[in-house]
This record gives sequence, structure tokens and C-alpha cells, in this order.
Amino acid sequence: MSITSRRFAAVVVGLGMVGLSACGSSDSGTGGGSKTVTLVSHDSWAVSKNVLAAFEKQSGYKVRVLKDGDAGQAVNKAILTKDNPQGDVFFGVDNTLLSRALDNGLFQSYEAKGSDQVLPEYRVDQDKHRVTPIDTGDICVNYDKAYFSKHELTPPTSFDDLVKPAYKNLLVTENAATSSPGLGFLLGTAAKYGDDNWQDYWKKLKANGVKVVDGWEQAYNEEFSGSAGGKKAKADRPLVVSYASSPPAEVIYADPKPKTAPTGVATGTCFRQTEYAGLLSNAKNTKGGKAFLDFLLTKRFQEDMPLNMFVYPVRKGAQVPEEFVKFGPQAKNPQTMAPDRIADHRDQWVKSWTSLVLK
Amino acid sequence: MDLTRTEVAPRQGRRSRRSAAARLGLVAVPVAFFAVFFAYPVAAIVARGLKVDGRWQFGRIVDVVAQPDIRHVLWFTTWQAFASTALTLLVALPGAYVFARFAFPGKQVLRAVVTVPFVLPTVVVGTAFLALVGRGGLLDELWGVRLDTTVWAILLAHVFFNYAVVVRTVGGLWSQLDPRQEEAARMLGASRLAAWRQVTLPALAPAVAAAALMVFLFTFTSFGVVQILGGPAFSTLEVEIYRQTSEIFDLSTAAVLTIVQFVAVGAVLALHAWTVRRRETALRLVDASATARRPRGAGQWALLAGVLASIAVLLLLPLAVLVQRSLDAPDFGYYRALTSEDGGIFLVPPIEAIGNSLQYAVAATAIAVVIGGLAAAALTRRDAGRFVRGFDALLMLPLGVSAVTVGFGFLIALDEPPLDLRASWILVPLAQALVGVPFVVRTMLPVLRAVDVRLREAAAVLGASPWRVWREVDLPMVRRALLVAAGFAFAVSLGEFGATVFIARPDNPTLPVAVARLLGRAGELNYGQAMALSTILMIVCAVALLVLERLRTDRTGEF
Repeated sequence: MSITSRRFAAVVVGLGMVGLSACGSSDSGTGGGSKTVTLVSHDSWAVSKNVLAAFEKQSGYKVRVLKDGDAGQAVNKAILTKDNPQGDVFFGVDNTLLSRALDNGLFQSYEAKGSDQVLPEYRVDQDKHRVTPIDTGDICVNYDKAYFSKHELTPPTSFDDLVKPAYKNLLVTENAATSSPGLGFLLGTAAKYGDDNWQDYWKKLKANGVKVVDGWEQAYNEEFSGSAGGKKAKADRPLVVSYASSPPAEVIYADPKPKTAPTGVATGTCFRQTEYAGLLSNAKNTKGGKAFLDFLLTKRFQEDMPLNMFVYPVRKGAQVPEEFVKFGPQAKNPQTMAPDRIADHRDQWVKSWTSLVLK
Repeated sequence: MDLTRTEVAPRQGRRSRRSAAARLGLVAVPVAFFAVFFAYPVAAIVARGLKVDGRWQFGRIVDVVAQPDIRHVLWFTTWQAFASTALTLLVALPGAYVFARFAFPGKQVLRAVVTVPFVLPTVVVGTAFLALVGRGGLLDELWGVRLDTTVWAILLAHVFFNYAVVVRTVGGLWSQLDPRQEEAARMLGASRLAAWRQVTLPALAPAVAAAALMVFLFTFTSFGVVQILGGPAFSTLEVEIYRQTSEIFDLSTAAVLTIVQFVAVGAVLALHAWTVRRRETALRLVDASATARRPRGAGQWALLAGVLASIAVLLLLPLAVLVQRSLDAPDFGYYRALTSEDGGIFLVPPIEAIGNSLQYAVAATAIAVVIGGLAAAALTRRDAGRFVRGFDALLMLPLGVSAVTVGFGFLIALDEPPLDLRASWILVPLAQALVGVPFVVRTMLPVLRAVDVRLREAAAVLGASPWRVWREVDLPMVRRALLVAAGFAFAVSLGEFGATVFIARPDNPTLPVAVARLLGRAGELNYGQAMALSTILMIVCAVALLVLERLRTDRTGEF
């Protein structure tokens, strides 16, 4: 009995050691002095291996990436730790959260090389240069082409269309309190109809049978009839609040690739989001951080972004892949809103929206 | 029994002082673990929310709790947790009986399979569960009933998730109860019901209560299920804490809600300790394989069939939907896609997430078994002081605290050397072990307490050291419980999603994280890969649990 129990104890200890040593090998190590630059970002951060390797080779810095949850969490955590930050550069604060980051002193000034190449409409904080615009994307209603051709119905193109009886019970959107596209769509309607009238619009939308689910995953993969998941789940909503880059993704992530996207974008329903990066206050490696910010604005990185993060470049003359041009063109006149205005109204709007639409 | 006690009393005096010291040593490790990795981070984040310019703002508590919205959330959280626990016990206790007492082909595989839902990420299972209760689901096809966005979907999903908790916790002990005791009672003239009520039920009560407690804690802090199946109209405290911390960044409201949840969970734990702890008694445990036999008579066969049918509908059907959707491409296309470095959601092929998950899970299991095992050993003695018994309840608290609170707490608490662990890989298994330890303790404690104290005393009288007593007396008897506990800790760690996403980490995603990331992007291949990876997660988990069961059966007959 004692022999077997000893053997058993050995197995347990052994398993533990295997686990510890195995995990040890994936430890990227902390510190690293001035030769390591640490990027703190959200879960969607992605870059091609060879593009990052080229930066490391050319600059001499090793890049360590920390992913810190979704966009909102990553910003909040960065603010919580701003006196002793986890890294040198933060990427991924968008215009809906920019004021929160700036007001809390998250970033220090640095005008990245290549800032003069950024398209003028994306530039912000021009006097202090605390953040650098990196990418942009539109939140828009997507439609299921098959549904509309089968029912011989023209897909909607504008916010006004969505409240028409022809589109009754067709739209699914996300909870503005918990979902980034849900919030973007709400902000789009607030930008379009103004402080006084957006609630009326939502009353009409509610009367026209809009369905609200908690997150993008449920809306797109469960309720939207144009997605792979939706088809399997026999989804019955041919309109969904998603991104302008979703139709290109439907082409790129298909095997074999279809000639045309199964979904389209209602171009008059778009709200534009821009994502920024900045040098963190109290960063340990400011020199490396600056070099990394410069890298984010290089043509090579800007052109690498679309297929990695499904966003559009902000740099003049940066090319986007063919699928983006064909199936997910950027809206001509998207709704936008100044970060201060969002900061001032956001919580109140979400609160009124919640009691208006969900209750 | 009293006679035995007086006989050994003289030696006992010296010995008990030594064993008290040993027990203090045993307690010190888990206490330090929970102080550093749980109490301190949570206290730090609550203090950040409630302390303005160095002064505590306790008035906020009254303000927040007075809001009608918050009161509504609190009420819903509580009643759905009670209802879910009752429903789970109702459905799963017959299952526990069947698994404990009947021998039937495929039993081991089935026991592993029913544990699978428990470890799957809710975002995936929520999806699969809609195939049962949602549009075009089984209920819709048969009777035109749709339960999604109703509270029934939430309750049923809670049964689905927690079925294994009851089957494993209660069934584990049930299978080791000597059926001859009940038979003896019947021979002496007791009716079947009376024999069960007076012999089996009292022996089983602590395990049932432990299972109920865990199910209650899980459903009280339910997050994904409520969001996905209930829709935005339903909100638990956990959802609200997440929203306040992660979206609105109102740390003071989040801190108040954390305290409210903490108090509620603490009250439940205290109630549990008060009603149940005193009833735990030494039991005569026998080898599990000796107690199970083929069902006899129409009644037993009907029971077996009923349990199997409920498992098929409630547990297997949603899982089968996942598997079917993962295979919905020619030549295993979704599985093949997992091995390629495509468009860059990951820097590595998604398939490598399996390796990451296994490494984390092994480390987390080792931590949980060591910490939980030490704690359980220290808590075994019923003459343990009040301090030690209070510690028992404290060990369960991590189940009652939101993962987002712990994750944010880690961030601001563990940021100075020597404990600057914020970017270290170890943080992930540590956070997972926090959830695993309560399982280890809860699974081991009833069995450890059931070990007859006289066996230990006899060994001590014969000159064995406390370590030797534990090794020669306790360990052989609790090995099964230890393996069940390790299996739970492993499974919990494999499926753990909450703390893992709230901790900053280098780009080596675990399986649940990878699944969530794939589901977060448009495109058929991404969806298909998410289903394929979920299927793999299911298989990895089922195999791990089966291996553990195999380990156990190799050694049966020893006690």
C-alpha cells in the first residue's frame, strides 16, 4: 500500500513539474531594459510576423505584446495602472473612449514621424500630440443579399429606411451598454438626429421590431441570416449592425472564396471609429516606444493592417486589399462625433437608450 | 468510542500539541496563498473604488443599493440562483444515484461526457444550447415552444452546466457508501423509504449540501449564460459588476456591488456551515466498484432509462450540435484550417492553443491540489478551532467574486517587486487555481471527515508520525476523492475563461480564448474553426477525465 501511494505522490509531483517547466518555456520574461519595447493593446491586435520582424531587425528592439481584454477593458486597465504602466506604448483607444484616456493623463506628448502623412480628417489633439491616429473603420448595418433578392426587396441604405414598414422585424442590433458596435450605432443615430430627436428615432425603430441582443457574436453568428453561423441556426434577421469590413471578411474567410460577398453594407448607416495609439506616461522605454509609434505609421504597417485587424489605414496613399475596395468600401459621409461630445453624453445616452429600448 | 478516547488520552496530550503545530503549518500555506492572490487584490480594487482622497466613502453603499435598478438585479440574481439549484438537484440527483449504484456499459465514458459542458466556454455552449430551446430547436420542432430570452432558458442552461457537479460530488460519496447498511435496516423491518431516509440520506446529506452550495454559487454569479440566453433584459450582479468595471468604469459602484455580492455569498456560506457541518460523521466507506450492479426489476430499469434520456436531451444534444457544425465542411475543412497561420487573428496556428491550455491546466491543477489538499487536511479534524472552520468557508469565497474584479485587482495589487507578476504566465494558472481550490477542498473534505478518527488514533498510538498517519491512513482512503478533485480542477482550468481574459497575457491564447476570438470575427471559416476548436476542447476534456478515472480503477481493491 505504501509503495503504491508513494508512486502516486510521485505521479502528482511529476505532473506538476512537467506543467511548470513546460509553461516556463513560454515565459517571455519581464524587464529586458531598453532593448525591449512593450506594447499594451486589446485582444484584436494583430500584425503579420514578417512585418514585425522587419521592425525588430531594423530598430534593434524586441517587441513584447500584452493583450489586455477587449477595447474598453484595455483602456480602463491602462488608466488604472498609469503610474506604473505595464508597457511603453498603448494601441487601441478609439474615439468613443479617447476623452477618458486623455482626461486621466494616460499619454505623454510625442509627434510620431509620419504624422504629416495622416489624412487630415483623422487628426486630433493637434497642439499636444498625445495620441497618434492609426486606423479607422465604420460600424454599419450589413444586409443578407440572398434574402433581399429572394423577396425582391431593395436593401435599406439609410437610417430613415430602417424605420420603414418594408423592413419590419428585419434588424438585429447589440446592447449599447455592453457592445462596441451597439454603442457605435447608437452614437450614429445621435449624430444624425441630434440630442433632441434620436430618442424618437429609436421609438420608431422599436415599433418597427428591432431586436437587441447582448453582443456582436450573438447578433452576427446567431441572429443574422447572412452569416455562416446564422444559416446553421436558421436565423431570420437579414439586417445586422456590424462593420463595413464584415463583407470582405466573408469573402476572405471562405473556402473556396466566392466571387462576390454574400452580404452588403447599407452605406448611409455608418458611424466612423478611429483608433489611436500613444506613448504611455511613465513609460520605462520612451525611446523604444517612440520608435514603435513611428513604425505604426509606416506605409508597410498601414498596408498590413487591413487583413490582420480588418480596419482601414489612416495614412495617405496606403493601399487596401482588393476585397476591401470591392466589398467593403468606406462610407462617403459617415456619421462622426467629437470625442468630447461623446465623453459628455455617453453615459446619459446609454442610460436613456436602455430604459427606452430594453425595458 | 468514548472508551477508546479515554484509553489513549495520556499520550494524546503531548501528541495533540505537536499535531496542532503541524496543523498550523498546513493552514499557513493556503492562508498565505489566498491572502496574496485573492484577498489583497480584491481589497485593493474595492479600496480604489471606495476611497476618495484617502477617505472611505461608505455612504456610496447606501446610495447604490437604494437604486431601484440595482435592487431589481439583486432580487433576480437571488431567486434565479435558488430556482436553478433546486432544478439542478431535481434533475441530477437521480443521475448521481444511477452512476453510483448501477453498472452499465459505457458508464465511464458517459460520466466523463456529462462533465464536458462544465468546462466549455459559455459563449460556445450558449450557442449550442439555443439548438435545444431556440428557434428551430428541438422544442420548437416538436411543440413550437421557444424558450430563448425567457428565464427558462437560463434555468435549463444552469442545469446543463452544473449537472456534473452534483453527479460527481454526490455520486462520488454515494458509490462508496456500503449498501449493506441500508439492507440491514430493511432486514430489521424498516420500509424502503424509511431505510433510505434514516441510513443513506444522513450519510449523503453533507455531499448533497456541498453540491447544492457549489451550484448555488455558480448560478448566483452566472455571467455568460444570462447574457447569451436571457438577452439584455436579464442581469445578474456579476453582469452588472462587469458592466460597471469594464464598460462604464464606475469603480465606486462596482466596489459597492462587489461588497454586496461578497456579503450575500458569505451569508450563504455561513448558512451552509451552520446547517450541515455538524452532521458530518464518520462513515464506513467501501470500494466503489463493489457497490454498483446491474439494475434489477422494471423500476430500476425505468430509472436508468429515464436518467439516460434526460442526459441525452439536456446534455448530449447541444454538444452534438457543436460537433455537427464543426463537421459541416468537406474533408474536415474547418479542422484543417486550424493548423494554418491564416489572416492573422493569431500569430500561431489556432491548434497551438491546445498545448497552451494543457500546460496552464496542469500547472493550475498542481497548484489547486497542493493548496486545496493542504487546506482539506488541516480542516479534517472536527476538533479544529473556530478559526480553522472559518477558513473553510473563506476558501469558497473566490467562487463568489467576479472574475473581472479579481483580474483588475491583480493588476493594481501585484505590481511591485517581488510580486510584479502582471505580465507573467504564472498569473493565469494562479487565477485558475483560485477557482479550482474550492472544488478540491469540497470534494476531499467530506471523504476525509468520513475517515474514522480511531484509525488515525490507532496509528498514532502505534508510534506513527502525523505525516505517516496521513500517508498510511488518510491517503489510501481518499485517493479516489483526490483524483476526482484533480479532475475537477483540471477541467475547471481547461474551460476557465473569465480570469484568463481579464489578465494581460502574451499572445499564447488558451482554447476558450481562441474560440472567443474566432467567434468575434465575420467569415464562415472563422465560425467553423470556432466550432472545431470547441469540439477539440470537449474531446481533450473528456479524455483527461477518462484517464483520471482509469488511474483510479487500476488501484481499486486496495481499500
